[in-house]
Amino acid sequence: MNAVIIVFPGTNRERDMAIALERASGRKPTMLFHRADSLPAGTDLVVLPGGFSHGDYLRCGAMAAQSPIMQAVKDFAARGGHVLGVCNGFQILTETGLLPGALLRNATLRFLSMDCHMRVERAGTPFTANWRQGDVFRAPMAHGDGNYFCDEETLARLNGENLVAFRYATPDGAITPAANRNGARDNIAGILSPNLRICGLMPHPEDLVDPLMGGEDGLPMFTSLVESLATA
Amino acid sequence: MSTLPIPLDTARAKQLSAEFGLKGDEFDRVLAILGRTPSLTELGIFSVMWSEHCSYKSSRVWLRTLPTKAPWVIHGPGENAGVIDIGDGLAAIFKMESHNHPSFIEPYQGAATGVGGILRDVFTMGARPIANLNALRFGSPEAPRMKRVIDGVVRGIGGYGNSVGVPTVGGEVNFHPAYNGNPLVNAMTVGIAPKDRIFLSAAAGIGNPVVYVGSKTGRDGIHGATMASAEFSADSEEKRPTVQIGDPFTEKLLIEACLELMATDMIVAIQDMGAAGLTSSSVEMAGKGGVGIELVMDNVPQREVGMTAYEMMLSESQERMLMILKPGREAEAEAIFHKWELDFAVIGHLTDTGRIVIRHKGMVEADIPLAPLESEAPLYRRPTAETPKQPVLDAASIADPVGPLAALTTLVGSLDLCSRRWIWDQYDSTVGGQTVKRPGGADAAVVKLEGLKRGLAITTDCTPRYCQADPEAGGAQAVAEAWRNLTAVGARPLAITDNMNFGNPEKPEIMGQFASAVRGMAAACIALDFPVVSGNVSLYNETEGRAILPTPAIGGVGVLEDAAQSIGLALKPGLDLVLIGDTKGWLGQSLWLREIAGREEGAPPPVDLAAERRNGDFVRARILEGTVAACHDLADGGLLVAVAEMAMADGTGATLTAPPAGVAPHGWWFGEDQARYVLAVTDGAGLVAAASAAGVPAAVIGRSGGGDLVLAGGSSISVATLRAAHEATLPALMEGRAA
Repeated sequence: MNAVIIVFPGTNRERDMAIALERASGRKPTMLFHRADSLPAGTDLVVLPGGFSHGDYLRCGAMAAQSPIMQAVKDFAARGGHVLGVCNGFQILTETGLLPGALLRNATLRFLSMDCHMRVERAGTPFTANWRQGDVFRAPMAHGDGNYFCDEETLARLNGENLVAFRYATPDGAITPAANRNGARDNIAGILSPNLRICGLMPHPEDLVDPLMGGEDGLPMFTSLVESLATA
Repeated sequence: MSTLPIPLDTARAKQLSAEFGLKGDEFDRVLAILGRTPSLTELGIFSVMWSEHCSYKSSRVWLRTLPTKAPWVIHGPGENAGVIDIGDGLAAIFKMESHNHPSFIEPYQGAATGVGGILRDVFTMGARPIANLNALRFGSPEAPRMKRVIDGVVRGIGGYGNSVGVPTVGGEVNFHPAYNGNPLVNAMTVGIAPKDRIFLSAAAGIGNPVVYVGSKTGRDGIHGATMASAEFSADSEEKRPTVQIGDPFTEKLLIEACLELMATDMIVAIQDMGAAGLTSSSVEMAGKGGVGIELVMDNVPQREVGMTAYEMMLSESQERMLMILKPGREAEAEAIFHKWELDFAVIGHLTDTGRIVIRHKGMVEADIPLAPLESEAPLYRRPTAETPKQPVLDAASIADPVGPLAALTTLVGSLDLCSRRWIWDQYDSTVGGQTVKRPGGADAAVVKLEGLKRGLAITTDCTPRYCQADPEAGGAQAVAEAWRNLTAVGARPLAITDNMNFGNPEKPEIMGQFASAVRGMAAACIALDFPVVSGNVSLYNETEGRAILPTPAIGGVGVLEDAAQSIGLALKPGLDLVLIGDTKGWLGQSLWLREIAGREEGAPPPVDLAAERRNGDFVRARILEGTVAACHDLADGGLLVAVAEMAMADGTGATLTAPPAGVAPHGWWFGEDQARYVLAVTDGAGLVAAASAAGVPAAVIGRSGGGDLVLAGGSSISVATLRAAHEATLPALMEGRAA
């Protein structure tokens, strides 16, 4: 799998992502600065990592969505390419329109840094193949603007077409308000594009891929991608 | 072009010098050095360079007595941060620095720029920052403005550290009314660099270009260093314009651009523009290198129109660095900074005159000889008065009004012992993917080095109430506790940074606190092989004449050959609990005495440095041989609080044996005797035997299991109940809600 991590000014979780991808694939991903206007030939996966692109001084991800490289990412996605956006990367995906909805300020009006649990709502995708439907896994979250919002029509479509990838849950899998720290609509933590090749989520599975750091709960996402894209 | 600056009228200059904070004969020294009356810019330069904040004029004679050397010390005090050898060809670069005064005036920006400033001190030496910590002291939450200060400081630290992408992995918080008018915000950064690629600040190479990079210069923070060198009065809010504004995004770009440039061979010297901005960076770099420096203010990137040379030299605008480059490399370096969308400007060159010359709009605005600016700087050995010794309290003579479990419940919910989760949940502690022990999981934070097995353990410590009662014992205790916390995770303690927060040094009792604290720290550093490699002094922490508790905050760094060998403090079921160290039941200055008996008095617990060393070395060896499942040092609150913290961490209870004969029960449970640890092991008897052979006091005091904390005799409390009390305090206080 040839993975490319896009680095915007202010991106800060690109190394975490590279560690997770290398742990799953045995190959170092390529780091690509946002000024580039094309992706390397043979790119299998584009990753938009976490951070504060352009300081997030405008709406989170709004500036990065206008970066030169994003046209190439949109073209890549239009050709059926696989794209993962985590945290700020998810925000950028919604700002570019590659995924619907928006990430609002956390309902607590505070930055939230803690482990959360997510229930796998859609197994069998390139991002979730190594989980079973309903599995619960843990991951750190660290964001000020992770409160997923979309209108009724979009929500009905996401639910109707089974495009919600992950929901915030209790450790035993219950979808409760208390498990939904940032106030996301319908406890939505991550969503998929209709072709199941674009995924955005707020928490950081890339920061939980090593028992030494507290567990390997996040690793299945990356092994799923490696196995799915090895044959793609 | 005029060749001499235009002097101020002498009477006006003398009056201004007092406003700028120059005292006593300091203005006469300026006249003697220049041989004439200074210009406004020159007076500004002298006053900030000779401010307490920049010159350490009251503290230097004492700081010199601290031990600063060890075989693993690469650079001790005197550089932007301390540098130690941590193995694998790497160096750890670290320092702690205060931003007390700005954080009280404007909590969010004060705390945020404190984090930004200490990050720059570390990456300016070539290190990638890998961890931030912070040591905070707040007043009573009921004091005016204090909740707003707490909220703003925590948001500011998070707002800056989270954005810049350096994990905030630990720290400490105390509350005491002595900080009502003067909270303390001490920020620490640890970075990693190849040990043969350390960048220093001494300028060299006559003619070499002086380069300014980073943010533009504005009018913020002018005379911030002077403000930080004076007491507060009731009108301190009027000083808000002296507080700087932080921009973590620019800092992040600056880190990446500087590290990219540092991978080349273009840099001769580099220093961040911290307190006193362009003035201190240019004066210190040229002064250390023994060269002259000439700067053209017209070339300084400016955020506002019409700025004067005086304003530019005194501005403390954030996220700026000054570098000396090798000649002819300007274009290559500029390309890197433009890639990161940062300003880059050649603003001058080095000269052989030994003078700093500031030019602006065709005029010379300052022309000062550098050597006397440093050598003639004021240095005071101020009068000291010893703190009177307090009586030793006998636990047996103090009534226990409530019994151990009721006291425990109160203590774990008290401000100084309650869960800090509300705070650390606002700090990104995992960015970087190397955080092995997060806040609350162990006595020290543990961060692995990317791509290696090796890890660092990091902690900050100080017990100000001990320092108030006995500054010498308190100074020693702060160092010993840092050493103990590193030991308790299995790390080998290497070195410390100190952040000396005290009141007005012109008062003999305050200067006496300072001198005594340094004496205690020095003794502990020597006994524990734990030298001081960097530090910061913050004096004049007083508002309307009331001083803070003396607070020599210690930041300690230790190394683990294999981060996987580190252990945390959470109990697991089925283990023996072994108490290491001698327990006399010392209640003087304990939290039990304050929170349960309502008394703040007595001598603090003595620090036996030989016992500290012996017990700690024994504990560390057991951890590294892999026989210890959990370890926690005994500090605030004593034995029962420590066991409760181990229980609450993972919900596993314990049954404890009765206090031994000869120790008052409340002294046994809550005494704060030093040099002690609780270890959870599978073979308690074996551990006690090994301890005995090593001359280390040890006893099995209980066994883990169940969901309750059970005392001999059968009284018990559920860990869930304790946890509820422990977690409720800060959310209730700050959000008005349950945890």
